[in-house]
Amino acid sequence: MRVHIPSPLRSYTGGESEVSADGATVDEVLWDLDRQFRGLRYRMVDEQRRVRRHMRVFINGAQTFELDDAVAPTDRVEIHQALSGG
Amino acid sequence: MTSIRRALPVLGLACTPPAALASVAAIDNVAPGGSNMNVLWIGTRKGAFRLSSANRASWRLEGPWYLGNIVYHVVRGPTGTRLMSTSAGHLGPALRRSTDDGATWEEVASPPRFAEGEPRKRAVDHIFWLEPAPSRGVSSWYAGTSPKALFVSDDDGLSWTPVSGFNDHPKQLEWIGGDQDQTPDGGKLHSINVDPRDPSKLLFGLSGGGVFVSDDGGADWRPMNDGCRADYGHDPHCVVQHPANPDRLWMQSHYGIYRLDRDRSETWTHVGAQMPADVGDIGFPMVVHPREPDSAYVFPMDGTSVWPRTSPGGKPAVFATRDAGATWRRLDRGLPAEQAWWTVKRQAMCADGGEPLGLYLGTTSGEVWASADEGETFTCIARHLPHIYSVTAG
Repeated sequence: MRVHIPSPLRSYTGGESEVSADGATVDEVLWDLDRQFRGLRYRMVDEQRRVRRHMRVFINGAQTFELDDAVAPTDRVEIHQALSGG
Repeated sequence: MTSIRRALPVLGLACTPPAALASVAAIDNVAPGGSNMNVLWIGTRKGAFRLSSANRASWRLEGPWYLGNIVYHVVRGPTGTRLMSTSAGHLGPALRRSTDDGATWEEVASPPRFAEGEPRKRAVDHIFWLEPAPSRGVSSWYAGTSPKALFVSDDDGLSWTPVSGFNDHPKQLEWIGGDQDQTPDGGKLHSINVDPRDPSKLLFGLSGGGVFVSDDGGADWRPMNDGCRADYGHDPHCVVQHPANPDRLWMQSHYGIYRLDRDRSETWTHVGAQMPADVGDIGFPMVVHPREPDSAYVFPMDGTSVWPRTSPGGKPAVFATRDAGATWRRLDRGLPAEQAWWTVKRQAMCADGGEPLGLYLGTTSGEVWASADEGETFTCIARHLPHIYSVTAG
């Protein structure tokens, strides 16, 4: 499936805003992204499997906070991220 | 080193330095990182910078590295490896590593972090303090984090292990306190000191919480705060073990300046009482003269009323003792005489070990001040930087 990468994470993808990844759940997709772009998952998910603040994942336009949600090969996954604070 | 790098690869994210920025002082033309260079790494709220000089008179400013990231600490270990602790907003903490004197940096793949699923579900928010531990091993380091926890590395920063003896100590929750006992951006474990004679003897500070020591390499810990004022609780701001006399400890705490000689007792002595009354002895940094155990430097701030945390009266000054705290002398030649409302954070003052000793201050207003004569005179060597969190020499 195609995955949209937000600008704060593009240092991991060599500047690419769209990449391909595999997996049957959101978590599996993130682990596949981490396999390809080492360290990317830790920027999104802490060591207790909590999605970091202001990190958002959308599946076909619907927001999810559950790493165990299912995804299909034809789905489009979008990762968005907002930084706040001075 | 080579075999370690092969066994534990770092992430493939390199950061190379951008073109040099303008410098306040004259720019010399000696290559940064070359021999006989004096080097300062500046951690700021918006990235890292480097100042280098062949003569401590003219300085070259370079950076930023990791623009937009908070850079808490940049420290060089005995092998020459440098570690840099960063955090970018909600993207979480990162540990950066350089083996070429800062020319390139890579993200460490196994940074200090808790085990997934540990009972308290803790996650590292930021790595606040980095400390080499050469008496444990030439490639050994400790890291102190927020939330308050201790981690150790024996492969020059490539991989880290939680120090369970403290992190999971039965009294750890009592020692680190609740939400009301943390500093504004999270409680911190800081001022990690490893006895250069015996790596089993460790101590650190908790803000808040106090000073804690271990005599068995971190397997067990106990508080060491007798003699300290603690109206609402202990809060060491910076604790330093003297490198030439490791039994001597200096501390700048929330309640003043203290000294302790462990070969005599484990009770702290308040030695800030002789500071001028209109200045007081509240502050954050504590720096010792590496060759003179009786000599130490502090940078007082306004700790009255609502704690403005600015230079008292807007007149910044270093204060120095050369008699173990019996007397203190104001050192402010070259610093602004008035209307300077900045201060210096606990990791933002350091000495370089030179002869005479060089002293450096990084300010909350983004200036770096240097003295090449043990604090007798100061010169501004960089300005217009972001809010400075740390300055390290070497």
